[in-house]
Amino acid sequence: MKLKSELKKLSASVGVSGFEQELAKEIAALFAPYVDEVRIDALGSVIAHKRAEQPNAIKVMLDAHMDEIGLMVTEIDEKGFLKFTTVGGVDERILPSALVTVHGKQKLTGVIGVKPPHLQAPGEDKQSYTIKDLAIDIGLAPEAAKDMVRPGDFVSFAQKPHTLKNGFMSGKCMDNRAGVVAVLEAAKALSEEKIDADVYYVLSVQEEFSLGGAKTAAYGIGADVALVIDVTHAKTHDNKDGFDAGAGLSYSIGPNVSPIAEKWICKCAKKLDIPIFPEVDGGSTGTNAWSVQTVGTGVATAVISIPLKYMHTPTEVLNLEDVSRAGALAAAFVKKAAKSGREAQVIEL
Amino acid sequence: MMLKALSECFGPCGCEEEVRKFIIEKVRPYADRMMVDMMGNLYVYKKGASSEKVLMLAAHMDEVGFIVSDITADGYLKFKTVGGIDSRVLVSKNVVVGEKRVHGVIALKAVHLQTADERKNAVRESGLRIDIGAKTADEAKQCVKIGDYATFDTSCMPFGEGRRIGKAFDDRAGCAVLCDVVREKDLPYDTYFCFTVQEEAGCRGAEIAANRICPTAALVIEGTTCSDVSDVPAAMEVTTLGGGAALSIADRGAYSDKTLTQKLYALAEENGIAVQYKRTTMGGNDLRSIQRSGNGVIGAAVSVPTRYLHSPASVISEKDFESVKEIAKLFVMQAEELI
Repeated sequence: MKLKSELKKLSASVGVSGFEQELAKEIAALFAPYVDEVRIDALGSVIAHKRAEQPNAIKVMLDAHMDEIGLMVTEIDEKGFLKFTTVGGVDERILPSALVTVHGKQKLTGVIGVKPPHLQAPGEDKQSYTIKDLAIDIGLAPEAAKDMVRPGDFVSFAQKPHTLKNGFMSGKCMDNRAGVVAVLEAAKALSEEKIDADVYYVLSVQEEFSLGGAKTAAYGIGADVALVIDVTHAKTHDNKDGFDAGAGLSYSIGPNVSPIAEKWICKCAKKLDIPIFPEVDGGSTGTNAWSVQTVGTGVATAVISIPLKYMHTPTEVLNLEDVSRAGALAAAFVKKAAKSGREAQVIEL
Repeated sequence: MMLKALSECFGPCGCEEEVRKFIIEKVRPYADRMMVDMMGNLYVYKKGASSEKVLMLAAHMDEVGFIVSDITADGYLKFKTVGGIDSRVLVSKNVVVGEKRVHGVIALKAVHLQTADERKNAVRESGLRIDIGAKTADEAKQCVKIGDYATFDTSCMPFGEGRRIGKAFDDRAGCAVLCDVVREKDLPYDTYFCFTVQEEAGCRGAEIAANRICPTAALVIEGTTCSDVSDVPAAMEVTTLGGGAALSIADRGAYSDKTLTQKLYALAEENGIAVQYKRTTMGGNDLRSIQRSGNGVIGAAVSVPTRYLHSPASVISEKDFESVKEIAKLFVMQAEELI
């Protein structure tokens, strides 16, 4: 299965928010065979353009962010340990004893060290570690560490992806390489089709930081319609409120999405027999849709999400079937938007 | 009365259609052109004597409210708030839900059944349900679906001395002002009366509206905080009910244009219109989005002081409301002096 190997490879690639340059090149190459033109914008987002058959066609954007959460070095201490801060929303409780890659002069393996249990005061283990208690050990003497690493260097998680039973896969940054793969699936499905829309596949930067990459991409394109593909919380033993991973996708409802675009999603899902479930947000969907919706004179925006367990850890778990569904649904959405997109424009009264 | 009807319209943030339809019918005779954009902003355009400058007046149609997030097996509705609502105001309030405008109440178990801790701690929306009287999920689903919006269900009434009580004065008061000012004739400049959406979610409608019309200058008409109530010292009042239209100097999102604001204040005084400054730097309104659109926009904000904003029952003074109207008219008709 091509999708599986692509996702596995992308999960192992590194693109911490603000440091996506290498990843962008890799992703640009993945999309190139299926579009007319690929460019990388000023912030670093990949924009792959499949041209419309006709001039003045509607502009439809499929977005998935490519960046991932990570860490950044703030100081090299006198013993050669690296003090650090977070990039994006990192749960501090996952850090103790995690393997990381420090992107200094060269890639260095590191481990986030903790005090051994026998040196801890009684009762210390009742409280979670906070980031100020932790440091990255790169196994180098102070001088060597200072030579190899500088404050501002970024750090990525280093856990490898694995295949689990029943079509599940674990790994880092399934949020949102899964979305990237879904957009790639859509690009493949549409590559031979004649579509009366300019289609832009946007693999955006800095979602975990500011939702900024998708914003400038939408502006550069002048998008009329957008579909954002991201992840959502799946049910786990201790979270009964999420969605069932492997059972289908969520689609967003609320002020952050266009009711028309939301309807297109529902229609397309029904036609394709893809199970989708409503996800309601009173304000921001917490996705790029928040920044994209109000770009320029407005973008008719919808969101679909792939259920994901243990989000923002190096062991995120999803089901490959859901990724495939997201790709198929996104492709159908593009065709629907090409046909009906004018409905989402200004109405003269 | 326009304000009563507007206050009672159903228009939670993201679902402003009923308000928009009402306004379209009221302003149609006075508009040279009207349009609705993809988010639902309504633009009412009036041609002026000159197109050298473009004016924008903005009032938002949306109000704080709720969105149904789930329906429980026993027929209750789980919900999330839309816009900033203090969840402590929610318990035991009347609401209207969904396209069928079903009545419901926000439910919490009786005080007798609560533990001492439960009583002491603030109620959160996640612990509350809307009860529409349905006994099962199936029954509830016949009239409500996930994603339906809800609002407080409050009639707008005269109240106390020269005051009104009602929901959503923030910012139906502003909408009512615009519906009145749009009747003015012989405007000096081309003017857009913008009824915006999604202010309560972060001034998002105004952002794309300003991008579309690229105004030279803008006046935002709002309902703003008024805390001249029991046990609050004068320095903390922010605005005084009955003290006149409130001009903003600065808030968390925007600095009003100093020259425009001072000129408006002076012009109001000259014309015998009661006016006060908003005395805090908190809060915010559509000016934050409009001011920073395009190459930047000269902007000011004038508000009707409103007690108990974002609650089921807010209070305004009719005199303040009239003062805001007069100032909005001055902005449009005397724009040559002001800008």
